[in-house]
Amino acid sequence: MSHVLSLLVENKPGLLTRVAGLFARRGFNIESLAVGVTEIEGLSRITVVVDVEQTPLEQVTKQLNKLVNVIKVVELDSTASVVREHLLVKVRADASTRSQVLEAVALFRAQVVDVSSDALVVEVTGDSGKVQALLRLLEPYGIKEIAQSGALAIGRGGKSITERVFKS
Amino acid sequence: MSITDSTPKSQAARAPEILTGSGAILKSLEMLGIKDAFGLPGGAIMPFYDELMASTAVRHILVRHEQGAGHAAEGYAAASGGIGVAIATSGPGATNLVTAIADAYMDSVPLLAITGQVFSTVMGTDAFQEVDIVGITMPIVKHSFLVKDPAEIPATIAAAVHIATTGRPGPVLVDVTKDAQQNTAPFVWPPRLDLPGYRPVTKAHGKQVVAAAQLIAEAKRPLVYVGGGVVRAKASEELREFAELVGAPVVTTLMARGAFPDSSPLHLGMPGMHGSVPAVLAFQECDLIVALGARFDDRVTGKVSEFAPDAQVVHVDIDPAEIGKIREAQVPIVGDVRDVLVDLAVAYRDAVAAHPADYAAWWQRLTTLRETYPLGWDEPTDGHLSPQKVIQRIGELTGPEAVYAAGVGQHQMWAAQFIRYERPNAWLNSGGAGTMGYAVPAAMGAKVAEPDRVVWAIDGDGCFQMTNQELATCAINGIPIKVAIINNSSLGMVRQWQTLFYEGRHSFTDLETGGGTRMIPDFVKLAEAYDCLAIRVTKEEEIDAAIELALATNDRPVVIDFVVSRDAMVWPMVPQGVGNSSVQYARDHAPHWEED
Repeated sequence: MSHVLSLLVENKPGLLTRVAGLFARRGFNIESLAVGVTEIEGLSRITVVVDVEQTPLEQVTKQLNKLVNVIKVVELDSTASVVREHLLVKVRADASTRSQVLEAVALFRAQVVDVSSDALVVEVTGDSGKVQALLRLLEPYGIKEIAQSGALAIGRGGKSITERVFKS
Repeated sequence: MSITDSTPKSQAARAPEILTGSGAILKSLEMLGIKDAFGLPGGAIMPFYDELMASTAVRHILVRHEQGAGHAAEGYAAASGGIGVAIATSGPGATNLVTAIADAYMDSVPLLAITGQVFSTVMGTDAFQEVDIVGITMPIVKHSFLVKDPAEIPATIAAAVHIATTGRPGPVLVDVTKDAQQNTAPFVWPPRLDLPGYRPVTKAHGKQVVAAAQLIAEAKRPLVYVGGGVVRAKASEELREFAELVGAPVVTTLMARGAFPDSSPLHLGMPGMHGSVPAVLAFQECDLIVALGARFDDRVTGKVSEFAPDAQVVHVDIDPAEIGKIREAQVPIVGDVRDVLVDLAVAYRDAVAAHPADYAAWWQRLTTLRETYPLGWDEPTDGHLSPQKVIQRIGELTGPEAVYAAGVGQHQMWAAQFIRYERPNAWLNSGGAGTMGYAVPAAMGAKVAEPDRVVWAIDGDGCFQMTNQELATCAINGIPIKVAIINNSSLGMVRQWQTLFYEGRHSFTDLETGGGTRMIPDFVKLAEAYDCLAIRVTKEEEIDAAIELALATNDRPVVIDFVVSRDAMVWPMVPQGVGNSSVQYARDHAPHWEED
């Protein structure tokens, strides 16, 4: 089963290796991983989607918490968080198919970000279901290339992960 | 020298001293109370060695191989309860420390490893003697630092020592580039530790402690399962008080030998693959396990699904990740076991005030087991010495105030079984990693830490050949350890498994060091080459005299080559992969393994 973990970490050299290495060494499977800055200087946020059952998940979070540069580990419940993936896809589209492709793009509220004579680059943001559905729809036209981000996630409501850490 | 030395104002008003990075490492170590370090210089650590040469506060002991420095630092830490320090240069110097770092990680030994790194300007170019030691050791350190800026050194060394020694102890690596050692920066002390992600829990949750006490009071067949965490937490006195208050049986794991006195009537001995029958079966029959600083290692549990089938579990550990890792705990307690035991004793008194606990039937059963299955051995029939007898006599003639460091294998198990331990930090061994070669350098480190104690290395002929070069270090630096080689001319534990599980096919386990062989090397000649007192013992009646001569010799290291039987086996034994209930006692005969 997939779980979304949000890690608040110190932005130190080798941090990503420590996190990724821990997953590998303890035999946990990473589905996706995304890293970026936070609103606080020096702190980064890693969103990891991991495929484990509940008991090993507890072991993952405990082991992550032991990493000195990891400040906080939170599991984001799908009902109480927003999870988004970002997709760039290069799809075949010539004069004969371009209008149909553009229709699909519009239906998904996706955007065309590059046009050439035989292809379009389409950008879409959404949950995993939406991204996969768009890909299925575009597939018959011929997908030439995909660049996809790992999932990003944030809790719903007014509280922030950094507040939870630095209030205490 | 600081230009403000002549103006005696308040310390806060002084401008900080300007030091080289090397000077800052040394000064930081001094400020942290580090008295001894083990290491070997090389190109990338030379600036630091130049500082070290003049130091009177830190005694540096020059080893012959960096692995020796690592294990010596471990032995120093394990014997003293403090931190051990090992120093190496970049590249192969650093990689030679890797085994010791892994060992310290597995056994939670507070170890500070300082390595030189190539100039930061050439890092990443495959420069001479460049390896990414931070990357190599990442899975086996509690934490690590790469320092390129001399200004970061005081805070980094202080943080490293803090992390290594607090919470669950472990190895911390500080890799310092050569330019960071050479360049200068203000030395600010005490430095500000900025570790927002490091907050080990030490004080346990009161509710959990009360719940644990209630379970203990209600249990009919409780068992106190003591692990190495009790030694690291210095909680032996608190454990003794708690155990005597409760009156429950106690087992001490391989890592915890000495954490609870062997002389206590509550003590059932060591559990696990080569544990005593009462200790092993107590797990299978108990209804409550009180695990204290123990991690349910596979060598203790046997087949996990069959382990302690009737037991509820109270699990006390300072590392939350150990709780529930192998076995679910009904009452998890995260905290320093020393504090928890004090709280637990108070809570237990309250819990039993209402209904006193009664373990009489349990003790009756355990007493029967103890009387039926004492530890013992078969006398060898090949004319060579009994290894168990040799080890037992070393313990009896030397006594519980000594330190005993073992290598890994049969001799290690016998040393855990047949020496009586009465105090923590008296027994040093490589429990988790199983590092052959640990004994000689660990004993050396222990002797440096505890010069007034007798320190024995109980070693095997295989192990001894891995690290005996440190006898030179011992002889030259006046570190008179005593080494007992339990020489069965083979890699004994592997040979035992070959005998039992591989139809007696002894594949590459014959070392030809023992009786009736070519004796290569001749351990007596080897030890004499290292200026040690060397003794060979081949007859039973020579055992005591040799040990006594070793005990009387303190002007140089002693090596005794005890030529023992290669057919001696470690019993009892729970074969790998089966439940503890399948323990084989086999005092008088080897069991028929074919039956399974």
